Amino acid sequence: MTNLLDLHHVSKTYTRGLINAKATVALQEISLTLKQEDPTILTVAGESGSGKTTLAMLLLGFITPTTGQIIYRGKDITALQGEERMAFRREVQAVFQDPFAVFNPFYTVDHLLSVPIKRFKLATNAKAARAKMDEALTAVGLRPEDVLGRYPHQLSGGQRQRINVARALLLKPRLLIADEPVSMVDASLRASILETLRNLQRDHGVSIIYITHDLTTAYHIANAIIVLYRGGVMEAGDVDQVIKSPQHPYTRLLVDSIPWPALDRRWGTDMIKAREAGSSSVGCPFRSRCPMAMEQCKTQPPLYKINKTQAAACYLHAGHPEIAAERLTELLPVRTQIEA
Amino acid sequence: MADALHKSPILTVSNLEVTYYTDAGRAKALDDVSFTLNAGEKLGMVGESGSGKSTLALAMMRMIKPPGRIEAGHVFVGGTDLMALSDEDMRQARLSKIAYIPQGAMNSLNPVIRIGAQLVDALRSHGIRDSRAQIEERCINALKSVDLDPAVFRMYPHELSGGMKQRVCIAIGILLQPQVIIADEPTSALDVVTQRQVMETIDRVKNQINAAVILIGHDMGLMAQFVDRVAVMYSGRLVEVSTVREMFTNPLHPYTAALISSLPNLQNKGVFQGIPGLAPSLLRLPSGCAFHPRCTKMMEVCQSTRPLTRTLESNRLVTCHLYDAVV
Repeated sequence: MTNLLDLHHVSKTYTRGLINAKATVALQEISLTLKQEDPTILTVAGESGSGKTTLAMLLLGFITPTTGQIIYRGKDITALQGEERMAFRREVQAVFQDPFAVFNPFYTVDHLLSVPIKRFKLATNAKAARAKMDEALTAVGLRPEDVLGRYPHQLSGGQRQRINVARALLLKPRLLIADEPVSMVDASLRASILETLRNLQRDHGVSIIYITHDLTTAYHIANAIIVLYRGGVMEAGDVDQVIKSPQHPYTRLLVDSIPWPALDRRWGTDMIKAREAGSSSVGCPFRSRCPMAMEQCKTQPPLYKINKTQAAACYLHAGHPEIAAERLTELLPVRTQIEA
Repeated sequence: MADALHKSPILTVSNLEVTYYTDAGRAKALDDVSFTLNAGEKLGMVGESGSGKSTLALAMMRMIKPPGRIEAGHVFVGGTDLMALSDEDMRQARLSKIAYIPQGAMNSLNPVIRIGAQLVDALRSHGIRDSRAQIEERCINALKSVDLDPAVFRMYPHELSGGMKQRVCIAIGILLQPQVIIADEPTSALDVVTQRQVMETIDRVKNQINAAVILIGHDMGLMAQFVDRVAVMYSGRLVEVSTVREMFTNPLHPYTAALISSLPNLQNKGVFQGIPGLAPSLLRLPSGCAFHPRCTKMMEVCQSTRPLTRTLESNRLVTCHLYDAVV
């Protein structure tokens, strides 16, 4: 069976300026495979500027990779045309971070839901279309009569975000790219949106790439995690392993900065070094902020396989065997050990 | 910290009430909200969206716009009743007595004006008539106090990252050393590392000017890390005010208890325990206690009678019929 999604050494570089063009590496040599028969939830984590959103844009085909290929069900997504392209557009759906920016303020929110219904001919008449909209809205915890017919400015951020999730649900996709779907939603609703996403994976076989900076929600929803920093993979593996015993100094900083809702677990007290803009792109990207930076770090560290389900790109683990970037996926479990 | 306890509160909010007059009817967004805050104290204000957190912040700043109206109540900051001030006096009081750090700093800075000019503007419009060099120095010091490079003074907002923009907003907020700082979800759009930096910045500048801080948000994790006391809002009312330790170990109100148990932690992987039901629309509030349709401890009295806010031992406030017997 062909894989649902294959990324082969995908890199993306943004350049600015015509003369003295300055390149920013947003994503560096990412390889990844999602299998069709094993729908999974994969988290891509990292702070802002780590290339998470670039990855989402690439997967959705909004931008083309500078080098490398993205293969969706056996076809390069940049070469899709006609019906195949339509199918790709329907099967790969997105939920974006900012619920304020995705709405056109001149239309009522119905527009966002009715356009895909018309475009992909999901309903034959207005009544069926309305029923579908109602069903999707109820599934994300909204009262249809409260939101339909309203303008975006009349709704709260949380309501708007849930409409976006509803829109994605409507199309019954195969792959959902969720770019920070809950970062602007209430904590009490977060749980219900995350549960909706997980049920989508478990019951409908939708694979989800969950892009986030919030490791707590990642921990709860995902099976595997990839931690990015400045476009490079810092650490990857089973989500339990990575969050409970982070091996890369950057992952440790991330885990230390989680505001745990527990009184006995405080934020780390180490000072955080501010990120330097535009430091050299050779070597380990985290070098300038790393408390354990060594001379060695000026060259790019390879990924070291620390155990069966965890790898980190850091010379601190140089004792472990190296693993090629394209084989990283083998370490990522597709299922959680603990089934709820 | 210790002597803060003897002082009279720097901020007293009493019986504040705000109504929005919409086409669909009247929505009471704030209903009889009262609390006090001492200098140097940090209060967290949590609640679902639509519970009135931001309305409370705006009401305290007297920035409620029509169709909303402040119906009743007083806000005392260091002895001055903000509600009794003239419009011009209130304009002066904003930023100098009570400052507001808005949600989403990305959208609150003017994109076509340099950061420096926006800081200078804040000082000038509050009647600071120092020389240009003095004002500039003061602004640069404010930027330094939030860990920003003085070069930021000459930059435009688009040249800064989200965390830096948020820190610019904090710098503006503390320029006139207000006694109360209201931070409305200052970090909701930022990643965890930047969030920690921003919160540490707020904490540090708060200590420098000994201001009281109200942190509005819905992230209980952040509250546990940052604030001293937590106030929980539900449908425009304060349902519980406790210290953060009491709230996590012994929540009084059933809503608070549900909120605490809905939190993700490392022990309950894959368990999504949301709060059942939806927050009620303010236009159609349930009778009696607004939380009763979702409450696990609902009693008959909850359906008919609106509970009153009671003060329990160690100064905890709770608005629930469960505590009617406790006096």
